[in-house]
Amino acid sequence: MEPILTIENLKTSFMTSNGEVQAVRGVSFTVGKGEIVGLVGESGSGKSVTSMSILRLLADTARIKEGKILFEGEDLAKCSKAQMRKIRGGKISMIFQDPMSSLNPLIPVGKQVAEMIREHHPEKSGEEIRKEVLELFARVRIPEPEKRYKSFPHEFSGGMRQRVMIAMALANRPELLIADEPTTALDVTIQDQILKQLRELEKQFGTSIIFITHDLGVVAELCDRVIVLYGGLVMEEAPIDDIFENPKHPYTLGLLASIPSVDQDKSRRLQPIPGSPPDMTKPPEGCPFAPRCKYARVICGRELPEMTEISQGHRSRCWLLDPEAPAENNPFAETGERGESHE
Amino acid sequence: MVRYFAKRIGIMIIALFMIALVTFVIMHSIPGGPFTSDRKTSPEVEAALNAKFNLDAPLPEQFFDYVGGLLHGDFGPSYKYPGKTVNDFIYNGFPVSAKLGGITILFVLLAAIPMGVVAAVKNGKWVDMAVMALATIGVTIPSFIIASLLIYLFSYRLNWLPTYGIDTWKGYILPVVALGGYSISYMARLMRSSLLEVMGQDYIRTARAKGLSEVKVVFRHAMRNALIPVITVLGPTIANLMTGSFVIEKIFAIPGLGGYLVNSVTQRDYTTIMGVTIFYATFLMVMIFVVDIFYCLIDPRIKYE
Repeated sequence: MEPILTIENLKTSFMTSNGEVQAVRGVSFTVGKGEIVGLVGESGSGKSVTSMSILRLLADTARIKEGKILFEGEDLAKCSKAQMRKIRGGKISMIFQDPMSSLNPLIPVGKQVAEMIREHHPEKSGEEIRKEVLELFARVRIPEPEKRYKSFPHEFSGGMRQRVMIAMALANRPELLIADEPTTALDVTIQDQILKQLRELEKQFGTSIIFITHDLGVVAELCDRVIVLYGGLVMEEAPIDDIFENPKHPYTLGLLASIPSVDQDKSRRLQPIPGSPPDMTKPPEGCPFAPRCKYARVICGRELPEMTEISQGHRSRCWLLDPEAPAENNPFAETGERGESHE
Repeated sequence: MVRYFAKRIGIMIIALFMIALVTFVIMHSIPGGPFTSDRKTSPEVEAALNAKFNLDAPLPEQFFDYVGGLLHGDFGPSYKYPGKTVNDFIYNGFPVSAKLGGITILFVLLAAIPMGVVAAVKNGKWVDMAVMALATIGVTIPSFIIASLLIYLFSYRLNWLPTYGIDTWKGYILPVVALGGYSISYMARLMRSSLLEVMGQDYIRTARAKGLSEVKVVFRHAMRNALIPVITVLGPTIANLMTGSFVIEKIFAIPGLGGYLVNSVTQRDYTTIMGVTIFYATFLMVMIFVVDIFYCLIDPRIKYE
């Protein structure tokens, strides 16, 4: 698949009074045309910072220190502010986590969506734009678009506001949509509707989507490929089926073990991953997950492993995949049983 | 909505009555009276004067007489300036104070809002620091010192502007700057902190993600939200500035309303004290009411019921 976005060795840091917080420490991945890629990780893993780096929407204290963000032959990390503005909302748009606070409370929702079109297509007439907004509202299933055009955000439910955000994000038919935990703040039933909507829109427009979440269940429903982030690094990257059937990183195993499922044995408790993510002002020298990893060996705390290719499109960053790694206490050992089942 | 406004007006009337009552009681509990003076007046004369103005009647009766007059818009006669009524003072003094105050408010808004916006947008840069340093000076230095400095510099040294009087437009410059100094500083700080807070909101990130320029983000998406606290303090500020400042009016010899209140207190000119206080209170309450209506126009989430 031809990639529309290629991120190479992205490093983003925040300069704070406590020193440099290295939120993203060398992330590389690609997004293919029409592909839905899941960026997965817990809070502080660097997934949101990675996505915000693409559109350069980070706080003033943040800096993209290294790396390339290639989009249609252009390096977004280096292009001018004016070029960046053209891309924002035009070719790449974004949906945010909290629909309750992401819309301007003082402007009618229709106008907020219309502004997105007008900004990128000043040649369109007011009436034309209005029509397009109403079509978008209908497409994202906002009932009575005519009436709702003039409504204010506080007159909408969370799910409806997120639909407005989606309508806005799609207004200019972007090539790439970045959805930063768009369903986290919503009820499960609404969550499901929004996911269906996104999938439908991807099919209709062929829009590529980067879907950021900490919920592997959502990933399973939506994504073609998954990138697991931890400590500002890519830990594992795999097509959707491989992640669930053949995970090759202890962190991914941990994430999978912590998903509840309806048909699971009731006596089995959810297994949380013990410990908490590393302090990114002093990122660990070795594998960032080593302190929480039950398979960790001496080398894991000392040296950062490289990405190992497992199969086409499936790569993982773990010492246990090294050909010299011992089979004992190694869930990925070629011979013998897997150390622990995650099922 | 109509019911809400009717209720508000009712509350205003009750509040005014209470203000009148409290002022009346406090005023009468201060020793002395309008006809007590350094020169010894004979007891007969004082008694005759008291009788003339009904000051020998029991206090409750005096109070209700006064309120009765108020209902007809009659603030009563001045006890110290024979032949003048308090209505005369207000008719003569208020337009002068209001004109000076009105110009000052325009000056304050035109200076404070851009200052606050620039400081917020350039947060942490030298422009921000300069504006904030200036604003700190404006808040901390009293207006009479600013006035004296201005007079010294622009009237005495440079001889550009008159030292007193408002006969020409030039005469307004120094009083306006001295009177507005505090409000400019205060509002610039408020505008800055309010805009900074709004700029950190999620919907500002959304606006940036739309590809809007920073100017459009600030003016279309942030300003209206950020102006709400500024409008809140604008009501009382307008009331304050338009009803006159004793200090500034004294320094620049401006025949406004501000001087009357202070003089009337020291002279125990009861009706003037009451009249100016009630006038100021009414004006303040009306301004606050106007501010509340403005909220409603700016923010669709605010509904009065």
